[in-house]
Amino acid sequence: MVSAAALKPQPQAAGAALDVVDVSHHFDIDGAALPVLDHVTLSAAPGEFVALLGPSGCGKSTLLRLVAGLEPPRAGRLLEDGRVIAGPHPSRVVVFQDPTLFPWRTVWKNVALGLEAQGIIKSERHRVDAALAMVGLSGFSNAYPHQLSGGMAQRVSLARALVNDPDILVLDEPLGKLDSLTRLSMQTEIVSLWQRQGFTTLLVTHDVEEALFLAQRVVVFSERPAKLKADIQVDRPYPRHRGDPHLADLRRQILGLLGLDATW
Amino acid sequence: MPTYSVSDALELDVGTQLASRTSSLLRAVRGHAIGFAAGLGWAAFGLSCLWRDDIGDWSRTQEVAIAGFAIGGAIALAAAVGLWSRAVGGAVQRRAPWLLLIGLLLAAWEVVTAKLGLLPQPFFPPPQAIVEVYTDDLPKLVESVFASVKLQLGGYLIGAAVGFVTGVSIGWSRAVGYWVHPVLRFIGPLPATAWLPIAFFAFPSSWSASTFLIALATGFPVTVLTWSGVASVSSAYYDVARTLGAKPSFLVFKVAIPAALPHVFVGLFMGLGASFAVLVVAEMMGVKSGLGWYLQWAQGWAAYANMYAALLVMSLLCSGAITALFKVRDRLLVWQKGVVKW
Ligand SMILES: Nc1ncnc2c1ncn2[C@@H]1O[C@H](COP(=O)(O)OP(=O)(O)OP(=O)(O)O)[C@@H](O)[C@H]1O
Ligand SMILES: [Mg+2]
Repeated sequence: MVSAAALKPQPQAAGAALDVVDVSHHFDIDGAALPVLDHVTLSAAPGEFVALLGPSGCGKSTLLRLVAGLEPPRAGRLLEDGRVIAGPHPSRVVVFQDPTLFPWRTVWKNVALGLEAQGIIKSERHRVDAALAMVGLSGFSNAYPHQLSGGMAQRVSLARALVNDPDILVLDEPLGKLDSLTRLSMQTEIVSLWQRQGFTTLLVTHDVEEALFLAQRVVVFSERPAKLKADIQVDRPYPRHRGDPHLADLRRQILGLLGLDATW
Repeated sequence: MPTYSVSDALELDVGTQLASRTSSLLRAVRGHAIGFAAGLGWAAFGLSCLWRDDIGDWSRTQEVAIAGFAIGGAIALAAAVGLWSRAVGGAVQRRAPWLLLIGLLLAAWEVVTAKLGLLPQPFFPPPQAIVEVYTDDLPKLVESVFASVKLQLGGYLIGAAVGFVTGVSIGWSRAVGYWVHPVLRFIGPLPATAWLPIAFFAFPSSWSASTFLIALATGFPVTVLTWSGVASVSSAYYDVARTLGAKPSFLVFKVAIPAALPHVFVGLFMGLGASFAVLVVAEMMGVKSGLGWYLQWAQGWAAYANMYAALLVMSLLCSGAITALFKVRDRLLVWQKGVVKW
């Protein structure tokens, strides 16, 4: 992935390489096996931004759980910088589909969670403030999650991930619950964060335009069990323009892969 | 036409404004009136004490009458202050209906017991008889209160602590659950008082036996609810914490326990109720001190006024304990919306 490094202006910290090697996974439901991932092989170079697209329920979130190390795969291997992923590690942080903020903690303490768990909160308090400022919620430090709107909660969960300065950032539809305006500004924000910090990013989204606006590569999965259907390079420099005709072509191609060509 | 309707509307407006102003004034006077009425209610109680001679021999009738007038006067004074001070006025208005009712009930109680003897004596002592207990038997009552509080507090704190730790352990560790759960199922539902005969000879002192029983009564609900609280914590919270680098101790102390806390407080509340029952029974059966023992003693001497006096103190203590528990809960669970106000 030479293009990845070339497209990025001077990253401060390099992200980690991610390799998913021939991974298959299934769940046991009442004794029957429900296959979810079918021989998925995928890699992301350090600092690369990869978007994952696929039909609902095909297994995208499951793949992200394996990358996070929350579950071991039934078959195949996942590697971070060539080392097998054996469990969760704060170098790989996930923004889950639901914000899952801890209701008993204030916004500030929710964002501080990772630093506290790693025992470094005392010296790193400023990082929490910075992360909150980044998502525009400095004024809500002392609010409790039940006092936030859905979009604000999602932003807090983004701040909670970013404060850890991850090597790999795993995003599971992080903008799904935002209104369209906040969504657009958060997309721009994510790109500039990624360019500044240089982490490898894995983004699951249902929004093809979002994938094309953000990612250097778009990977399309089939229906469950998820198989790799296409791996598309988006060779466009940042900042991108939403009206870019090349992106429109790619969008048509991807919607076709997802079986939606007749409807748009 | 338009002019007419406008002036009409204007007039109407002034009219409604006037009406609303008078009605608010009326409402204010009526609001204060109930404050004065409450004062009169207590004065009526004072008068009822002086109305005619007592049918029995009670030594505090005069003092109770004076107290009735004094309280009535204080309420009336507060109501008068309320005409100027909004804060005082509001406080008086909120309490006035209850104060009025209590004053009238006391007066009625006085009349049907001490004055007319409509209720059989000595089973239904008049207010002055109960006041007499508080003035003349105070040392013994205070001593009993201290004994009860000490016993209750010791047993409750031990039971709550052990129950909490057990509950968290069962909820967290499969191995602990395997061994403790059957024991809990077997012993827990047994009323703690059923252990009473065994406890009193198995323990070196009746005090330690009672402490054990109170702890047992408290511990069971606290254990079960803490356990169910820990077991029902959404796994999504653990996933989040683990991806952020949390170690098992962090998962227990910073995820499982805070998330289970609302359940824990339900257990603490139920345990408190259960432990009160055990406390009173234990004091009646074995411990030679405390309010339960005082009740038993009063009954032995047919001192019914002492019983009512002790019951009143006991209900204040129990209610106070629950209030304190709810205060602690409100403080720890500010993050919950819509918690019940006690
Ligand atoms: N813990 C689990 N136990 C059993 N089945 C599961 C579990 N988690 C997910 N599944 C199943 O695996 C399949 C894939 O789920 P997954 O959450 O990965 O889908 P997804 O691609 O993220 O969908 P969406 O885009 O709607 O979020 C689904 O059919 C789901 O029912
Ligand atoms: Mg999903």
